[in-house]
Amino acid sequence: MTPLLQTKQLTGGYGDFQALFGIDVTVGAGEVVALIGANGAGKSTFLKSVAGLLRAAPSQILYKGAPIGGLPAERIVGQGIALVPEGRRLFPSLSVEENLRLGAYCGRPGRWDLDAVFGLFPVLRERRHHPATALSGGQQQMVAIGRALMSNPELLMCDELSLGLAPVIVREIYAALPAIVAGGMSAIIVEQDVRLARQVSSRFYCVQEGRVSLAGESASASDEAIAQAYFGVAA
Amino acid sequence: MNTLVNILLQGVLLGALYALFAMGQSLVFGVMRLTNIAHGDFIVLLVFLLFALTGIAHLPLAVALLLLVVIAFAAGYGVQYFLLNRVSSRDPLPSLMVTFGLSIVIQNVLQELFSADPRAIATGGFEALSVALPGGITVGYLPLLTLLATIGLTFGLQWLFGRTALGRAFRATSDDREIVQLMGVSHRRTYALAMAIAFVLIAVAAALYGMRTAVAPADGPALLLYAFEAVIIGGMGSFWGTFLGGMALGVAQQAGFYFDPGWGIWLGHVMFLAVLVVRPQGFLPKTA
Amino acid sequence: MESKMNRPAQGFDVRRSTRASQVAMFGLLLAAVVIASAPYWAGRDALRDFTQLASYLIFAMMWNLLAGYGGMVSIGQQAFFGIGGYAMLVLSNYCGVSPFLAVPLAAGIAMLVAVPVSRLAFRLDGGYFAVGTWVIAEVFRLGVANVSALGGGSGTSLTALRGIPRATRESMTLWLALAAVVGGMAVLYWFLRSRPGLALTAMRDNAQAAGSQGVDVRRARLAVYLVAAGGTAFAGALYFLGNLRISPDAAFSVNWTAFGIFIVLIGGLGTLEGPIIGALVFFVLNKFLSDYGTWYLIGLGTVAIGVALIFPEGIWGYVSRRFGLQLFPVGRRLVWTAPGPAVPPRHLPPAREAATPQ
Repeated sequence: MTPLLQTKQLTGGYGDFQALFGIDVTVGAGEVVALIGANGAGKSTFLKSVAGLLRAAPSQILYKGAPIGGLPAERIVGQGIALVPEGRRLFPSLSVEENLRLGAYCGRPGRWDLDAVFGLFPVLRERRHHPATALSGGQQQMVAIGRALMSNPELLMCDELSLGLAPVIVREIYAALPAIVAGGMSAIIVEQDVRLARQVSSRFYCVQEGRVSLAGESASASDEAIAQAYFGVAA
Repeated sequence: MNTLVNILLQGVLLGALYALFAMGQSLVFGVMRLTNIAHGDFIVLLVFLLFALTGIAHLPLAVALLLLVVIAFAAGYGVQYFLLNRVSSRDPLPSLMVTFGLSIVIQNVLQELFSADPRAIATGGFEALSVALPGGITVGYLPLLTLLATIGLTFGLQWLFGRTALGRAFRATSDDREIVQLMGVSHRRTYALAMAIAFVLIAVAAALYGMRTAVAPADGPALLLYAFEAVIIGGMGSFWGTFLGGMALGVAQQAGFYFDPGWGIWLGHVMFLAVLVVRPQGFLPKTA
Repeated sequence: MESKMNRPAQGFDVRRSTRASQVAMFGLLLAAVVIASAPYWAGRDALRDFTQLASYLIFAMMWNLLAGYGGMVSIGQQAFFGIGGYAMLVLSNYCGVSPFLAVPLAAGIAMLVAVPVSRLAFRLDGGYFAVGTWVIAEVFRLGVANVSALGGGSGTSLTALRGIPRATRESMTLWLALAAVVGGMAVLYWFLRSRPGLALTAMRDNAQAAGSQGVDVRRARLAVYLVAAGGTAFAGALYFLGNLRISPDAAFSVNWTAFGIFIVLIGGLGTLEGPIIGALVFFVLNKFLSDYGTWYLIGLGTVAIGVALIFPEGIWGYVSRRFGLQLFPVGRRLVWTAPGPAVPPRHLPPAREAATPQ
């Protein structure tokens, strides 16, 4: 069966600086896959390349078997891939509700609408007319996730949801993940916190200096193997 | 007392025109932070286009106006998409250079085609009609129409930006043009659409302006300055602010004209500078 | 395993001048000497031309200083050009000062005026700063045009030079122009090689980063603005010294800024030799093509648009970067004099516990 997303030797970077040196990742339908690695390993670069914010060669990214590398980002969301960007990146000029509504701009049909998002994160309903950036960090993260969900994606990519948030808030946000992927949505979760990443995913890839250093089942992989792959310490 | 009322009234009517000049610039600067030096020259260009449609092609005024709006929309979209999109980034210098070049080209092409003489749009006498108010004050139909048009367009723009999906896309693009792509919004097309709407505003301004004043090819830069001043006085990021800014400028100029014809425009500039000192954020600045 | 990364790299040198720059320096020196002798062999028109060229050149150098090194794009520098011209006129005609002395004095007056003006202009940023400076220039233009003592809208003549024989006047004007150009170049050259100059370049590239390194951005900006105002006023005073007649439209015309922009388009922003090359090209073009009136301007405008799109750093800027040419050696180049150090294999240190935000 064709995987939902498949990258083949994905390379990429920023100008003269190359960040990815050939990443092979596969995500099946309904799977939650984790991408772990240290700061600067290339995880965000990977997500941005899939989302179309960074250039990639067409054949390096296959979505439902078709090459999408090089497509502009505004077309990729229409295909069903949504990114919750690192650092939230909400629009300060828009209210919470307007940020969410903008998420539905591409007009993809599905079960995620304003009511569904408010059902997932009830605290946002009370603050729907507040300027989005006036909310707390955790609530902003909820808005960012909701904004991505409003496009009814088949593949949701989350870049460092835990960034800058208190552990209890992080737990609360990740607790919503099962409800999000319940309908068969796939997800790629990028996390620096290895334990958290393993808890929410079925498989994982460890990225180190732009390469996949380890891949495996989240439940059964050994802590030692992961630590070595994470830090790049030679055996 | 009568004189004061008259100055205020004429100032408001003049200011409505300035506000109309400024609306397009307010929109463009709000969405893409672009300073278009050729803004005033585009107004003059459209006046001459209307003149050509009515005076040379002899189209009826209504038809010519419709055509003008359509051409303006297409031209605005094209100019932004193919030309100005390449220079719409953080650095203001390339956009200043390109629009400065455009300004010079437009002025001189118009001069080659039409000579340097001022032209007006013929309206069959409409521009001379006026209504007499008590106290010996007369108010022209055309300036009144301009005021109504400006108020209507300001409401319209406010509604567009505040209540529609396109307006949300405009505001979001101006906030973060990279991330807005993740929502399916192409910033290149959004910028082009913004400029197209701005050109429609310019077309309306040009039509009303050309009907009440004779316009010469070299008039562009002065209009740019009035538009710019109205935007700053009113506060950037607010259409009603721009409206008020235009009013303030119009009243200041009228007051200056009352004392001496030579000091009218000067007083307007000075008032602008005074606002810059006392309240640099303008009357109604947007908070974000 | 021992890390090789802590030993300083060896075998490199920091150099300032290149072969091309040495040739250029010599060439300029020669040109200066030739021009200084011009009153003895050149015709009247040539002398007038050089004075005009000098004015354009100084204007362009100052505009380049402001935009290229100060990061402030102004379309209102003509304000100071006109202030320089009128100040020189007032000092000469009404205060009995020698016109040749009045020129530098006018520059000083302009710098004083620039202080309050900067307080206004600095309220704005980027593109709106540019248009704001234009408004300020218009205030000066319209204000002066309404003062009948200065000739009002039609302007007035420089009568203070009536008593001086023409040959003397023309030679003195030429030497003053030459001294101004050479002096201006020398001052800028010295300044940009110095520490304050380095701070300025840093500020232009990234004001925030420069500020965090201890550069006082506000003071640096003000200093650049004042110097540019003074220099521009000097150019204006010089121009009208040669022209003998001044009017508000000529003195405060936005066309001066247009010239500045074109010169910089050709010559590139942020190099010292750029404005010189640009001024020369522009002056030659102007001499031969301005008779074609509107078509010349249309052509110029189109070229401006094209160059701004294709060569945003100016034609010379592109050439200079592409071929590594720098005629005025204000930069520093790293030159390897021995084979560079070998890059040792990297050993990553263990990551610390808490994840730091990227």
